[in-house]
Amino acid sequence: MAEEQRDKERAGTLAGAAREGERLAEAPGTTRPARSWARVRPGSALLIHAVLIVAGLAVAFPFYWMVITSLKTATETTSIPPTLFPKALTFSNYAEVWRAAPFGRYFLNTVGIAGCVTLGVLFTSALAGHAFARMRFPGRQVLFVLLLATLMIPFEVLLIPDYILITKLHWEDTYLAMIVPWMASVFGIFLMRQFFLGIPDELWDAARLDGCGHGTYLSRIAVPLAGSGLAVVAIVSFLGSWNALLWPLVVVTRHPEIRPIQLGLAVFTTEFGVYFHLVMAAATVTILPVLLLFLVAQRQFVESIARTGVKG
Amino acid sequence: MDPIAKRHGEGVEQETRQGWAARARQSLRHWLELPEEWHRLSPAARRRFVRESFQAYTFLLPALVIIGVFHLFAIFYAVYISLHDWSILKEAYIGLANYSKLLADPEFRQSLLVTLWYVIGTVPVGLALSLGVAVLLFRPLRGVGFYRTLFFLPYITSLVAAAAVWQWMYNPDYGVLNLALARLGLPTQRWLLEPRGVFALALEPLGIALPEWAAGPSLALVSIIVMSIWSGLGFNVIVYLAGLGSIPRELQEAARVDGAGEWQVFRQVTMPLLSPTTFFLVIIATIRAFQAFNQIYVMSPNDPTTRTLTMFIFQTFYGSSRAGYGAAAAMALFVILLLLTIAQMRLGQEKVHYG
Repeated sequence: MAEEQRDKERAGTLAGAAREGERLAEAPGTTRPARSWARVRPGSALLIHAVLIVAGLAVAFPFYWMVITSLKTATETTSIPPTLFPKALTFSNYAEVWRAAPFGRYFLNTVGIAGCVTLGVLFTSALAGHAFARMRFPGRQVLFVLLLATLMIPFEVLLIPDYILITKLHWEDTYLAMIVPWMASVFGIFLMRQFFLGIPDELWDAARLDGCGHGTYLSRIAVPLAGSGLAVVAIVSFLGSWNALLWPLVVVTRHPEIRPIQLGLAVFTTEFGVYFHLVMAAATVTILPVLLLFLVAQRQFVESIARTGVKG
Repeated sequence: MDPIAKRHGEGVEQETRQGWAARARQSLRHWLELPEEWHRLSPAARRRFVRESFQAYTFLLPALVIIGVFHLFAIFYAVYISLHDWSILKEAYIGLANYSKLLADPEFRQSLLVTLWYVIGTVPVGLALSLGVAVLLFRPLRGVGFYRTLFFLPYITSLVAAAAVWQWMYNPDYGVLNLALARLGLPTQRWLLEPRGVFALALEPLGIALPEWAAGPSLALVSIIVMSIWSGLGFNVIVYLAGLGSIPRELQEAARVDGAGEWQVFRQVTMPLLSPTTFFLVIIATIRAFQAFNQIYVMSPNDPTTRTLTMFIFQTFYGSSRAGYGAAAAMALFVILLLLTIAQMRLGQEKVHYG
C-alpha cells in the first residue's frame, strides 16, 4: 500500500483531525473565496498574480522539463549546455521505451490491481461502515476503537511480518499479494460510517416500516445517498494503489511481468539511468493516465459533493 | 399483578439478593454492550438482537479478516520476529539482543540523524510555503482554480516518476539546475552525488573547515528534501485552504475595522484561528517524513548520508535479508513516532485554539 494512502488514513486517526479530513474532502470546490476580501486593490492583485505565476512556473517546471526531454533526441539530451527548447521534436523515444520494457503490460497490471483494491475497499468499507453506523451488536465500541488504533501503526512495521505471512500463504510473486492485504481500509470504514450517520434517521425508520432489512437499506438507500463519500474513498484507494512502490518491490521479485507500473518505472530508471530521454518518456507515460483521471475526477469530485449536499 | 410492577419487583429482588453476581453480570453486559434492559426483553426481542448481532458480524467479517490478519496480527508477529535471530527463516530466540545491537549500531544512529534532518527540512519549510501559497490563493482572483490545480499536480504525480524527473534535473553534467547556476556565474554542484554537509560546503569558499559533526545534512539529502517539499505542497495548500474557509470572516473584518493592518490581521487573527489546521498538518507531515521512501529509493539508494530510518529498515530486510533485525528497527520507528505524536498532542492541547 502506498505511503500516501496511509497518510491520508492517518487523517482519520486523531479525533480533531477527523474534521480536517472531511473539510479536505470538500476543499477543492466548495470553499468559496471570501467575498469580503474582494477589496483587493488592482495593484496588489497584480502583485499577487506575479508571485503566483513565478511560484506556479517553479512548480510546473519539472513537468515541462520531463515532457520536453522525452521529445528530444539522445544527442540533444546530453548536449552542453542543455537546450530549454528542443531543436527538433521526436516521438521515437516513446516507441523505444515501449520496445525496451513492457509498459503496456505494467499499465494493465496496475489498472487491474488498483481496480480490485478500490472495489474491495468500497465493498468492505460500506458494509462495515453501515454496521458501525446503524447496527447494534456486542463488542461494537471495542472493535471500533481497536480499528482506529491500527491507524497509528506505520506501514514499515507491517512490511516484514506481512511479507512473511505472504510467503507462508505462498502468495509471493502473485497479484493476490498486491491486492488482498489492502482490500480493507480503516479510513474507508470511518469515512463511510460518518456518511451513513449523516443520512437522516427518518429514512432508516421509514425503510424499516416498509419491511426493509439492513442489506436492502444499504444497497438501495444508503449507498446511493453516500455517493460522494464513496467517491472520496475510491479516489484515495485508487491513488494509493496506483502510486505504491515499497510493497510491490518486496513481494514481486522473480516475475517481472506482474510488476505494477511504479515498480516497472523504478527498475527502468535503474537500468536505463543514463538514457535520460528514455527515462523521461517512461515517466511521462506513467504520470499521464493519473493526470488525465485527476483532471476529469476533480470536477466530478467537487460536483458530487455539491449536488448531494451531504456533509460527512 | 400489574405487569410493570411485577417486572419492577423482579429487578429489585435480583439486585438485593445476588449483589456481586448481579454486578458481575452487569459489567459483563456492559462489556458485551448488550442492551441495558436485557433481562426485561421478551424472548422475541432477544432473538432479534442476537440475529442483528450475527448480521452485523457478517457485515464486518471481510474488513475484520483483512485488517485483523494484515494489521493487528502482523503487529504482534513483528514483535515476535524482532525477538528472534531471523534471516530468511526463523532461527534462535534471542530476546532483546536485536534491540541492544540496534542501539550500538552506528548505521542505525546515522539513519536517525538523517531522518531528523529530513523532518526539520520538510516540515517547517514545507508548511510555511504552503501557508503562504494558500493565503494568496484564498483571495478572489481571476484564475484561482487554475492555480489550485497547478499546485496540486505534484501531489497526485507518483513519487517514482517525480523522483526520476528531479534526478535528471539534478544531474551534475547535463542537468538544468547546473545550467542555471552556470548562467548565473555560480559554481555548479554535484547535488544528489554530493555526500558532504551543506554547512561545510557553504563555508568552504571562506576557508573555514567544519568538523564532521557540524557539517550538517549532505547536499544529497537537501536535494531530496527540496524535491519532497515540492511534492507535498499541493496537499498542504488544499488543507490550509479548507482551514482558511472555516474561519469566520467577521473576526478578520472586526480586526480591520479596529484599524489592524493586513499583516497584523494575519498574525493576530488568522494564524491563531488556523492553529488546529497547522497542528493537524504538522502531525501528518512528521509521520509522512518518517516514512519517506519512494523518492529516496529512486534518487539516492546507496548513499549513507540519505539513508533515512525507513530506508535503513528496507535495506536491512531486503538487501541483507535480516528480518529479525529489520523488525526491531521497525519497532523502534513505531515507538519514536508514537512518542512524537503523543508529545505533539500534548503540546497541541496547550497551544491550539479550537475557536
